[in-house]
Amino acid sequence: MSDDHVYMTLAEGHEDDTRWAYGTGFEDPLHGVDTTVPEGVDPAELAALCVALGDDALVQAQRLAEWTTRAPELEEEVALANIGLDLLGQARLLYSRAGQADGTGRAEDAYAYFRDAADFRNVRLAELPNGDFAFSIVRMLLLSSWRLAHFQQLASHPDPVLSAIAAKGVKELAYHRQYAAEWSVRLGDGTEESHRRMRAALEQTAPYLGELFTAHDARDEVVAVLRQVTEAAGLPMPVYRPLPGAGRHGEHTEHLAPLLTELQGVARAHPEATW
Amino acid sequence: MVTTLLDARRARHIAEQVPDPELPMLTLADLGVLRGVEVTDDGTVVARLTPTYSGCPAMAEMRAGVAARLREAGYSRVEIRTELDPPWSSDWITPAGRRKLAEHGIAPPGAAPRSAGGPVPLVLSPTRHTVPCPRCGSADTEETSRFAATSCKALWRCRACREPFEYVKEI
Ligand SMILES: [Zn+2]
Repeated sequence: MSDDHVYMTLAEGHEDDTRWAYGTGFEDPLHGVDTTVPEGVDPAELAALCVALGDDALVQAQRLAEWTTRAPELEEEVALANIGLDLLGQARLLYSRAGQADGTGRAEDAYAYFRDAADFRNVRLAELPNGDFAFSIVRMLLLSSWRLAHFQQLASHPDPVLSAIAAKGVKELAYHRQYAAEWSVRLGDGTEESHRRMRAALEQTAPYLGELFTAHDARDEVVAVLRQVTEAAGLPMPVYRPLPGAGRHGEHTEHLAPLLTELQGVARAHPEATW
Repeated sequence: MVTTLLDARRARHIAEQVPDPELPMLTLADLGVLRGVEVTDDGTVVARLTPTYSGCPAMAEMRAGVAARLREAGYSRVEIRTELDPPWSSDWITPAGRRKLAEHGIAPPGAAPRSAGGPVPLVLSPTRHTVPCPRCGSADTEETSRFAATSCKALWRCRACREPFEYVKEI
């Protein structure tokens, strides 16, 4: 296989001016999709749901990208980046759907780059700092299990665009959950130190579980996965303590604003630029 | 009408030959992402493409590639539509595509998992399917990473010939 060829093709000019790397001003990911909102579906509700699910994915993707150059091994760095890329792709589709449904016609960039923390509707677990590898893995286990269960239900949503995005996401999320579950077992059942860190991560994430189940009641699925993983890993089930506040209402931790500053900095400094 | 049918066949043939940007040994038809090519009554060529993964960064490149080839072939009105439903499956990689992958040292995917309808089961047991080495054919191989340079591939290693190889994941 000639790798040169691949990069040569990338460098070739196209009249459509397509680019590869992520930046701004990309072609609509729903290009050429019939975006009529079907009768019986409330467009505002649909848009709000898509924004919330898009925000969960975008914020997670940004946290996963922060692992680049910092992961324990190159293979894990590649894995975390790929999982982030899947989520970024889901976010792009969902934002695009939201902009058509809410009638504003806003494109993905408007949602990703030009809203402030209080406008974001992601669950707070997604925005917490990465912590150590164990924390990031436990967070991924919880969020991917929850999102997988939610997307499975959304695959039969009356809006055909959202249902298609969800059906596609299910396949990707199953891989994410598998990755997080295998690492959870490896670390929980690993050394004394890795076990201790996994325990701490389970305790630190437990207060944010209630918020997930309020946003979408996938308690049974998530608890079943947690039980299966903690048993295999020799870890205790986390004790669930509810925490007031909800990212779905725009109530965030102090960690979201700095994350967005980094994510949005270039786009806001050069609002007309595309790269 | 006859012209339209002939045109559709020719347009499909042209679109089918466009190489995939990330796996350039495969055409978009081999990869199963080209879902159809039709010519409408007003002579517009409509090509339908589906992304492999939600985050596939090559999607815009694929769209541009198909549109450019069709325009070069003399079709002035070209429309590329994204088709999300049903989601792409590695089962759609054609037999020719699988052969080309193997020839280039990339192990082709096995059968994609079938959805049984209920919650997706989480399997933690270490029982793994074997992926034969695309270089030497040995079954003595192991996964080194579930994720590789692109979302659609995993990294494997052959214990017999000691060569690492990529493997297109079932999805
Ligand atoms: Zn070998």
